[in-house]
Amino acid sequence: MQSTVKEFKPLIVAFCCNWCSYAGADLAGSSRLSYPADVKIIRVPCSCRVNPLFILRAFQRGADGVILCGCHPGDCHYTTGNYYARRRMTLLFSMLDYLGVDRRRVRVEWVSAAEGARFANVMNDFAATIHELGENVKLEDLRCKQ
Amino acid sequence: MQKIGVFVCWCGSNIAGTVDVHAVAEAMKNVPGVVYATDYQYMCSEVGQQKIRDAIAEYGLTGVVVCSCSPRMHEATFRKTAEKAGLNPYMVEIANIREQCSWIHKDKEVGTEKAITLAKAAVAKVLKNAPLTAGTSPVIKRALVIGGGIAGIQTALDIADAGYEVDIVEKSPTIGGRMAQLDKTFPTLDCAACILTPKMVDASQSEKIDIISYAEVEKVSGFVGNFTVTIRKKARYVDITKCTGCGACMEKCPSRKGKNEFNMGLNTRTAIYIPFAQAIPNVACIDPEQCIKLKTGKCGLCEKVCSAGAINYQQEDEIIERQYGAIVAATGFKPIDLNGFDEYGYNTCKDVVTSLEFERIMNAAGPTKGQLVRPSDGKHPHEIVFIQCVGSRCSEDADKGKPYCSKICCMYTAKHAMLVRDKYPDVNVHVFYIDVRTPGKNFDEFYRRAVEQYGVDYIKGMVGKVWEQDGKLMVQGSDLLNNEQLTIPADMVVLATAIEPNPGARDLATMLTASMDTNDFFTEAHPKLRPVESPTAGVFLSGVCQGPKDIPETVAQAGAAASKVIGLLAKDHLVTNPCVAHSNELLCNGCSQCEKVCPYGAISYIEKEVRGPGVREVRRIAQVNEAVCQGCGACTVTCPSGAMDLKGFANRQIMAEVDAICKAQ
Amino acid sequence: MSGHTNLKETVLEISGVNPRKCMKCGKCSGTCPAYGEMEYHPHQFVAMVDKGEIEKLMASPSLYRCLACMACVERCPRNVEPAKLVEAVRLLVIRQQGLNHMTSDEIPAKLDPELPQQAIVAAMRKYGK
Repeated sequence: MQSTVKEFKPLIVAFCCNWCSYAGADLAGSSRLSYPADVKIIRVPCSCRVNPLFILRAFQRGADGVILCGCHPGDCHYTTGNYYARRRMTLLFSMLDYLGVDRRRVRVEWVSAAEGARFANVMNDFAATIHELGENVKLEDLRCKQ
Repeated sequence: MQKIGVFVCWCGSNIAGTVDVHAVAEAMKNVPGVVYATDYQYMCSEVGQQKIRDAIAEYGLTGVVVCSCSPRMHEATFRKTAEKAGLNPYMVEIANIREQCSWIHKDKEVGTEKAITLAKAAVAKVLKNAPLTAGTSPVIKRALVIGGGIAGIQTALDIADAGYEVDIVEKSPTIGGRMAQLDKTFPTLDCAACILTPKMVDASQSEKIDIISYAEVEKVSGFVGNFTVTIRKKARYVDITKCTGCGACMEKCPSRKGKNEFNMGLNTRTAIYIPFAQAIPNVACIDPEQCIKLKTGKCGLCEKVCSAGAINYQQEDEIIERQYGAIVAATGFKPIDLNGFDEYGYNTCKDVVTSLEFERIMNAAGPTKGQLVRPSDGKHPHEIVFIQCVGSRCSEDADKGKPYCSKICCMYTAKHAMLVRDKYPDVNVHVFYIDVRTPGKNFDEFYRRAVEQYGVDYIKGMVGKVWEQDGKLMVQGSDLLNNEQLTIPADMVVLATAIEPNPGARDLATMLTASMDTNDFFTEAHPKLRPVESPTAGVFLSGVCQGPKDIPETVAQAGAAASKVIGLLAKDHLVTNPCVAHSNELLCNGCSQCEKVCPYGAISYIEKEVRGPGVREVRRIAQVNEAVCQGCGACTVTCPSGAMDLKGFANRQIMAEVDAICKAQ
Repeated sequence: MSGHTNLKETVLEISGVNPRKCMKCGKCSGTCPAYGEMEYHPHQFVAMVDKGEIEKLMASPSLYRCLACMACVERCPRNVEPAKLVEAVRLLVIRQQGLNHMTSDEIPAKLDPELPQQAIVAAMRKYGK
């Protein structure tokens, strides 16, 4: 056990769809609405491009929280992509307990291109939640533990 | 061996203010794969771009990472820069260190650290990039305009004027739309029919315009430059090539109790009808719900009197399929349903009318031949109360009404009030208003004229209740400026009813994959800079379907939409997005999952001989039509065997980004 | 001054109303059946609460003229709910008086046959506990 308390700096990966949420993040930026630097955004064409495996990979590599942002239901640039994402994430949520990941560490939010303030609020809120939850226990790759 | 160059932009002080750009460039020099890193004030400037081109040549860069503003801003710029220097444009990645870093973090240390992480992620991604080549697709030189109101007519006329063919699909039997129903138009008071009908005639006579009336769009597939649209031409039971519009059938038709839609149901029409005298096409149409012959098989009077032999009771809906390069939505509006606003008595008192109904009453071609009379007893009214903002400007959380301002009501109410006072000086006119909104050329002057010259009584306040008493309509409202509550015994009440998009618009938006706001107005690609384009390439917006607007604005937007369409049709080929899905035929097991999730129908299956290590057999495998695929990636996640991947956003690229972000911390 | 803000906050808390939602259209006052009886009308109630003029309202007989018929609540296009503000100010007065207000047992003796049913129900709401 370490005796010195290291300040907890969470690592949060955000997957944002190019058309709504990434643009919402840009709007948050151009409106100078701050959210923690712990959040690192990865741009994807659509929320449906995000394979649940990407999220598990992030946890495997030490992420403390992963958030997936897409267009509001009905507003997907590709019409139905966010619905696919929603279903897939529902399945992922039901798996997380089994995998030993607190499901509060994964979140799905809809943020439109016009919602810069909402983007910042969502990120602040999520970062606060992750702060509360503390450091994640790394998922271990069982293949290496023969 | 990959050689990556990293270019860190200061963006003046926008980035350099809160990110130590030198430190970022220095840190990147130590990242495996990076052979060159530098920073400069404005990378997007000509000098900055030259630095990138020089570095590509000097260091033989195979990939470029620009740490700058959002890729939505300058990704295209830097891709062109790379292309000029002989590098594949898709070997460029942007690390967004302005919108998503320097602008949101005040602490320079924090900002710098995050910028380095983002840059590392971009390098990790570009290391896995593959050169991509954009294909081209041809443009079909024909446009489709959906909706035949003033918006659609003007758009079609402007497109035709540029020499391109254009079809108007109109769901009712005639074009003309709402404007055809209006009496006079503000602020000049010229008659709507006098300025609209010549345009309708122009549209029908233009060789380039094909008016497909009484028809609806059923299905849209394809993509910008190459849409395939299925149109259902509803059965009119009249051969439009034979009908001369003489009207003999309407005189003889015994079924005379149909609601006259054109007159907002204020009077009736026959089962076979021409909506109005100037209708285009000026041909009859049978309402199958009302026609005795079609319902019972007995009658057939219209067939007997038709000297042109145009009546055909056996006619059926016809489905046609056409190809278009561009589509314009011009579906217009309707007044909202007033259920839920019982306090105004619209559903219970005949003399409470909407403004559009009042428009028909005032119209010389309307049900009363332009005589201002009460719908209930046909008597001349002496006291009229107009109520503004009925159903507009309601709270978002209210269960009725619309949250937006319908924009046109203040002006048309002033117009109605003025016209009434002008024609019938004996009629007292009161207008209840919350605010009078008249921003527009000569609009406020118009409103002031109604008050000052025509003596219209404007009352700042709202009506709480309307009820019938002794043959009068008692209108109880507040006068906020006099701080009193008044009750006006009126003969007629006119409700400036909120407008909403036509109900079919949402289905159409779904077909077009165009987005809509919560009020069912079409969303524009950019609220300021791209107001007539929808976010879906090749789909344009005209008129009230995009948001409430008056006739001059609608015509202006129609012209703007037409110019965008012309700009598109003038191109022979379009460059397609190379970031599309592709399947690895060695892994594909032909399960059809990807075909089911593809929103564009871009995936089909072929039988193909597959040759791989130890494999040589004919298999059913997925094939992506690259011209149709829009690159959403739905199929890539669905694919159970991992055969499907997305170019430009490949699994290994995104994984590399995830790894880089997690490792950097 | 601080008393003002506290009173205002209390009123807002009791009523759950946000007077800032008001767009000053006057529909509440156009609707109000007791308008003529009131010193301060429903739209003024909203504006005065927003300005923090609670004491004036507390001293006004208007409080007891409101029938609590909720017509203004029903018809307000912005969901402001003015009657809930009136009710809240009324409660504030009652709280300050302690419990020496009318009890529900006293109401039958004061009943007027002309009194509408709605007003009786409103009275129960106003005076009953």
